[in-house]
Parts: sequence; structure tokens; C-alpha cells
Amino acid sequence: MLYALKIAARYLTASRAQTALLVTGVAVGVFIFIFMSALIGGLAEFILSRTVGDISHVTIQAETDDPPLLISPQGHVLVVAERGSTRIATLAEAATFLPLIEGVAGIKAVSPQIAGAGVIKRGAQVSQVSVIGLEPGRESAILDLEGYLVDGSVRLGSGLILLGRDLADDLALTVGQTLRLQSAEGVTAALTVGGIYQTGNGGVDGARAFVSLSVARTLFAMPQGVTRIEIKLFDLNAADTIAARIRSLTGLDAVPWTDGAEQLMEALDAQAQTGYVLKTFALITIVIGVASALLLSTYRRRPEIGIMRAMGASRGFVVFVFVTQGALIGVMGGITGAALGYLALLPFPSRDAFQAGTLPIDITQGSYGVAIALTVIGAILASILPARSAARVDPVTAIGQ
Amino acid sequence: MTALLEISDLVKTFGTGEVATRVLRGLSLSLEEGELAALLGPSGSGKSTLLTILGTLMKPTSGHYTMLGHDLIAANDKELTAFRNRHIGFVFQFHNLLPDFTALENVVFPTAISDGRETPAARARGRDLLERMGLADRINFPTANLSGGQKQRVAVARALMNGPELVLADEPTGNLDSASAMQVMELIAQINREEGTTFLISTHDEKIASLCRRQIVVGDGVVTG
Ligand SMILES: Nc1ncnc2c1ncn2[C@@H]1O[C@H](COP(=O)(O)OP(=O)(O)OP(=O)(O)O)[C@@H](O)[C@H]1O
Ligand SMILES: [Mg+2]
Repeated sequence: MLYALKIAARYLTASRAQTALLVTGVAVGVFIFIFMSALIGGLAEFILSRTVGDISHVTIQAETDDPPLLISPQGHVLVVAERGSTRIATLAEAATFLPLIEGVAGIKAVSPQIAGAGVIKRGAQVSQVSVIGLEPGRESAILDLEGYLVDGSVRLGSGLILLGRDLADDLALTVGQTLRLQSAEGVTAALTVGGIYQTGNGGVDGARAFVSLSVARTLFAMPQGVTRIEIKLFDLNAADTIAARIRSLTGLDAVPWTDGAEQLMEALDAQAQTGYVLKTFALITIVIGVASALLLSTYRRRPEIGIMRAMGASRGFVVFVFVTQGALIGVMGGITGAALGYLALLPFPSRDAFQAGTLPIDITQGSYGVAIALTVIGAILASILPARSAARVDPVTAIGQ
Repeated sequence: MTALLEISDLVKTFGTGEVATRVLRGLSLSLEEGELAALLGPSGSGKSTLLTILGTLMKPTSGHYTMLGHDLIAANDKELTAFRNRHIGFVFQFHNLLPDFTALENVVFPTAISDGRETPAARARGRDLLERMGLADRINFPTANLSGGQKQRVAVARALMNGPELVLADEPTGNLDSASAMQVMELIAQINREEGTTFLISTHDEKIASLCRRQIVVGDGVVTG
């Protein structure tokens, strides 16, 4: 109905100021919608990257076997093997599973590790550390050591150790200096500080040290196998399904990061809900604004509607004229609001460069298309009531003889 | 001459019970093709009511109405809308034109409605009609800026746009000074002569009525003369 479109457009241009005001109102609603989308999306991204960006997304942990019992046929317990307090459970067949795990879609990096406890001694000073053996060449697979490095190199090899900044400061160690590390197993090694990193996380910076897998094997008397396999994914949200796939593929106990992160997930969920509520209110405001403006317009144009009906315009035509007005307002307001939203979000840093103290707004999560589409749909729905009342105008009373 | 339309026993009652007003009380009338008729009668006698029913904008309480072989009492809203568009033109006293459109756009409206758009052919006819109404220099004028007489002439041009068999005019000159009124009336008479369009014009003006070949007088809800 090209002709109805012409009439609708003329009605809108005839009362220019009123239309401009209405479009502005709709644009503000769309702007709020987009701003909320970018803020909620950016905030979630920010929180997730801060909390789980540096941790394993799926972890395969060796299960500690229960101590074996030897029971006589009469039911007497003959022998109880005491569990060594420092005994570390191992994934003995890890090496055979690694290629299988690496083949699963969605996996970014796989890091077999040997983790244990130890103490670093330097002169009279002693510090408790958790020691993690990493595969040389894959040092930054899970924790981005490369990115956090402040001195030296992340490259691990025999005789090298990486320390956090706080730990190095406590022990007054710098790159190139040596220290003695004694494992809980009682093995001592002399190691050279290869690099110092700073993550901003106190536990990681103050009580952790990284060595190569082979150094860890010696320290923890583990000639083969690893204690755990950490896996990083491309998509954080795929952790549950990928963990399940690994479990069914290998029979190993693969645990997604979301296990035990219920509070975080709940918080993010609540945040998203808040966003939906605000966005819904923005849309409701748009719908009410458009509906009331068009209702006023139908009332003001009653005589004209009567004339059009007398000239042979059908009720459907009148409906179309007013619904088209709603749609045009929605399109104009939607595009204006989306453009304003985009421009307003431009100055915010990109998602990879969020800074503390600024709003973590993600311009890519503005849902511009959704905002425009919902606005147009909302404006069309809003115009149905005025359009129907326009179509019901009685030409006789409207023309008012 | 053949009958264009016939109404018989037309009754129109407004309201119910105590406040019921019987405006038309069994009115019968027929109009021939090519007639130029004036509709006379005192104020409140039901002239506007009759024109509205003839224009299919309102249904009578009871009675018969056929035009061009169509039973317009039985027809539904959709059929009546299409019928009006094709066969009936209107000129009202007030509120005649769409104020946000030019003279030409107003004139072309009835054809654009049925075509779904303003065709070049329709524009050409609209321009032609406006020229015949002496409005050659007002074709693309916003109608809000036209004088009362000019507006009524635009309305006449629009009423003729789809070449209807019947044009109903309710006090088309009621708002005009006598010179403008005569000008509009003479144009109507000219169109009636040249094209054979039937006109039914309600008026209180004896001079206007005298320009019509037939005078129909209503009173007490029936045709009295
Ligand atoms: N919608 C309505 N509801 C109730 N009464 C009405 C309605 N329309 C018209 N009437 C009444 O019907 C009667 C005839 O009205 P109508 O407008 O047809 O008279 P008219 O002959 O055109 O008068 P005028 O010469 O003043 O225009 C009047 O008494 C009027 O009050
Ligand atoms: Mg009247």
C-alpha cells in the first residue's frame, strides 16, 4: 500500500515538531536499551575475565585412591595401609589421553601439570610455596605468565623457576639468582630464577612457583604421569558440555569451572535479569509514548478520517495509514537511538582494555539490531490501538454536518 | 431518462424510547440519470440525514434503497466503501479537504485509493478538473491556504474525479459569499450539462435552488414537493 505510506509520511511531516519530539523520545528509549545491553554485557565479560580468565576452564584431577584394606575371610581387618600425608594422586595414563583431549572441539589449550607443596630456602629465609610443574613451551596455556611477566623469561627448562613478584621481593631474589627448593617429598633442588611475574592476585604472586614438568617429576618423585590436566576453552560457557564430552571420551573426572562457581553464576544471572527489566521498561516507555501520541493524532484527525472514508477509503486503509506511522516512528527512532548509542559508547575502552575505575562497557554488545527490531515491533504494536480507533471513526459524526 | 436510484418508505429514527426522534417517516424518492436537483426544507427537516443515507454513510432504520441495480441496504461496509468510491461523489459544507495535502493531491484521492497509488493518468485528470474549476494557478497549493470558495471548487473537482453517476452536496455554498456561491453553482450546472452527472444539492438559498431543474422539498420526514 504505497499510497497509505505516502499519507502516513505526510501526516508525520505535517506536524514536524511533534514528530521530532516523538522520534526523540523513542530514540532515548532505544539509547537506554543499547546502553544497558553494552553495560550488562561488558560487566559480565569483565567479571568473568577477572575471575575465570586466568584459571582452568575444565580440570581433570587425579582421584586419591582409598587406602587398601586387607580383610581375612573371617572378617578381621588384617592390614590397613596408611595413606601417606604427602602422597599425591597421579593420572598415570595422562600421556595416552592428551592427544584425545586435544582433539575435542572448542579446546584452546591443554596443560598437563604436576602440582605439589614445597619450601623455598634462601639463606635464613624460608617461604612456603605451592609448586606447579608446567610443560615447557606451554607455560602460558592457562595462566598468562607471558602477559604478567615483569622480568626475565617465562621459558622453563631444567634448573629454572618462575616466581611471583611478592615472593621474589620477600626473599630478595632477582632474575638469575639461585635458590633451594625442598619439596614435601623431601627432595631438594637448586634452581635459578628465570623470570618474575605479577598477576595482581596475592596468592599467585606471593606463594606460588612454576617449574618445568621434569623438575617437578624429580621434586615430587613422580617418574611418570601428572597430578592434573588443566584445559582452557575458547568459550567459557561451553565448559559444562565439553567437560561432559571429555568424561565420556576418557572416563576421567573432568570438572568444569562452573562447578563451585554457583555464586558467581547466580550473580551474573541476577545482573542479566536486572538488565532485562530495565530494557523492558525502556520498551514499555516507547510503546506508551507512541500509542498516546498516535491516539492523540487520530482524535485530531477525525474529520479527515471521515472524509477519507466517505471518499471510499476502506477501514483497512485507515488502519494501514496509522500503523505505518507507528512503524515509521519506530524505524526513525530506532535508527537514531542506535546511532546515538553507538556514538556514545565509542569513547569507552574496548573489552580487552577495561580499566579499573571506568564502566566496563562493551560496545560490541549493544544489541543494535535487536534494539531497532524490538522498537519497530513495539511501535507497530503501539499503533494498533490508535489505528483501530481511527478505523472505527463514523464518517457522519466526524464530518459533523 | 432512466432511474439512477430509488428509495422508498425510508424511515430514520435517532435514539430510542423517550428521546427517539423520527426524522424520516416513510420518505420515497427517485432520481433520474442526469438530474440537477435541489433539496429544500426547513432546518431540521432531515435534508442532511437523507443525503447521508443516499451517500451510504449511514443506514436507515427501515426502507429500501437501490442504485444502479444494487441493493444498498443489504450491502456490507466493505461493499459500500467500494461502491461510494466508484459511483458517489461528495461535497460537504465544512471539513471537506485534507489540510496537509495540495489541491491536486486532494482531487486525485478517490482514484489513488482504488489504484493504490497516484498514477500519472490520475494526476492529468485531476489537473484537468482543477483547470475546469478555474484553479489552474492553485494546483499545487496547500489547501490550508485556499479561500473558502476555492476550497469548495477543489471539493467539487474531487467529487468528480472517479466520474461518479451521483454527486451529493450538502449546503456546498452555505459558507460562501453570494458571488463565490454562484461561481461554484454555475460550475456544477456546467458539469451536469456536459457530463450528465446527477447532482442532489441541499440548500437554503432560493437563488441556488432556482439554478436547478428540479426542486425537492422535504418536511415532516417526507417529500412534500
Ligand atoms: N446523530 C443524531 N442523533 C440524534 N439526532 C439527530 C442526529 N442527526 C440528526 N439528528 C436530528 O435529526 C433532525 C434532522 O437533522 P438534519 O441534519 O438532517 O436536518 P437538516 O435538514 O439537514 O437541517 P439543516 O438545514 O439545519 O442542515 C434534527 O432534528 C437533528 O437534531
Ligand atoms: Mg443539514
